[in-house]
Amino acid sequence: MIEIKELKKSFGSLEVLKGINLTIPKGQATGIVGPNGAGKTTLIKTILGLVKPDSGTIRVNETKLNGNWQYRRDIGYMPQVARYPENMRVHELLEFIKGLRNQPAVYEEELIDQLNLGQELQKQLRTLSGGNRQKVGATLAMMFNPNILFFDEPTAGLDPKSSQKFKERVKVEKENGKTVIITSHIMSELEQLVDHVIFILDGNIRYYGSTKNLLAESNEERLEGAIASMMEVA
Amino acid sequence: MNSLLLHIAKNEWKSLLRGKWVVGYGLIFLLLTDSLLRFGGGGPEALLSLSNVMLLFIPLVGMIYGILYIYQSREFIELLLTQPIDRKVLFWGLFVGISTPLMLAFVVGSLLPLAWHSILMTAAAPSAMVLGLGAVLTMIFVSLGFLFGLAFYDDRIKGFGFTIVVWLFLAILYDGLVLMLVFTFGQYPLERFVIAVSMLNPIDLARIMVMLEFDVSALMGYTGAVFNRFFGSSLGIITASGMLTIWLAIPTWIGLRVFKKKDF
Repeated sequence: MIEIKELKKSFGSLEVLKGINLTIPKGQATGIVGPNGAGKTTLIKTILGLVKPDSGTIRVNETKLNGNWQYRRDIGYMPQVARYPENMRVHELLEFIKGLRNQPAVYEEELIDQLNLGQELQKQLRTLSGGNRQKVGATLAMMFNPNILFFDEPTAGLDPKSSQKFKERVKVEKENGKTVIITSHIMSELEQLVDHVIFILDGNIRYYGSTKNLLAESNEERLEGAIASMMEVA
Repeated sequence: MNSLLLHIAKNEWKSLLRGKWVVGYGLIFLLLTDSLLRFGGGGPEALLSLSNVMLLFIPLVGMIYGILYIYQSREFIELLLTQPIDRKVLFWGLFVGISTPLMLAFVVGSLLPLAWHSILMTAAAPSAMVLGLGAVLTMIFVSLGFLFGLAFYDDRIKGFGFTIVVWLFLAILYDGLVLMLVFTFGQYPLERFVIAVSMLNPIDLARIMVMLEFDVSALMGYTGAVFNRFFGSSLGIITASGMLTIWLAIPTWIGLRVFKKKDF
């Protein structure tokens, strides 16, 4: 469960978030969409504690964020750009993060198996392809079984087969009651994975509701058309 | 908290050892010290030459190394910040993890030749002084590099430019500027002023300590000569080491503050 009230953030004179109010209930799969520079990444980074808000409050699973870090035990995050120390091996990275989190990595082997990372474990991270690095990121995000999952443009670098595997996995997480939050520009992908959409424009939430309602309201059959028409109106 | 800090530091150690260039940095000091001792007449003169190289070289390498680490590891640091750990612990883990190998490379690289040429036994105190100062300077300048990397997080050109200017200023221009001031205002009593000014530069402080230890004030710049006359050896060394400690504490403390408050 994530509750955000009157969240504001500026970088210099640039107002990026202009008073966001948002409640994402437990177990909901939500897509965050919006044009480039709308504030999607800043919103996610604020929830993750990477960016400090100017005003407003964020609660994650009833914990109010104030520079604390314990709440992140419940969060898994897969970044958009996956860059790791070059000469580290994949299994060493996994061990390192396990040591940091000090939580049982219950899904480690399952994820390595599903995402076909077994042959990559002994390789140095610099020799991995972009797609395989993304898979490492996905493994890190999900292996501790956190109940909130953030995916930032998760399938951008994945081949169709891996993308398929990844989406299947996310669906399973969803069925297990995880709160899933995805940003993506690929609307067909969101259609498969999420049942709610947040549309952000210029630092404000323009639409927040179920995808079904959005399609009905906008008389569109596909999410892509609905979002595109909202962007045009704006 | 401490075991986490160590866990982060250990990871950096492994990473750096595999990168091999820290080993290369140690080898440079090993070759340098060995050749100074072999061809430079041996004994205190060689130590003095080593400290001159160290006073120029360590600040530059330390700062570049600190700032480069921040720039190269941005995405990784951001990933670590999304994990359930305290920013403070992460900062100390990274700082200890990257500064100690550089420090050890210098200390071990210079210590070995000093040992096999038996200078360690005949001139124990000066050797310890030079090695200790190199170690402290490494920490100070890695910390400054870290700070500049965080302060100029999004502008690498500015960050590197600033680093080079700071190095030029502290390592090369500073003593000359002080001397110029002294010449210009020669008719006034300037000793206290010169002492105060030399406290503001860690490289000068280290230079003064070397000078006081070796008792070669004339060779080590104007500020050193004044310091020597004003304090005499032991009090001078104690004051200068106190100031160096402050020089280590303040940039690191500011770096930690910036790291804790920063938007990544």
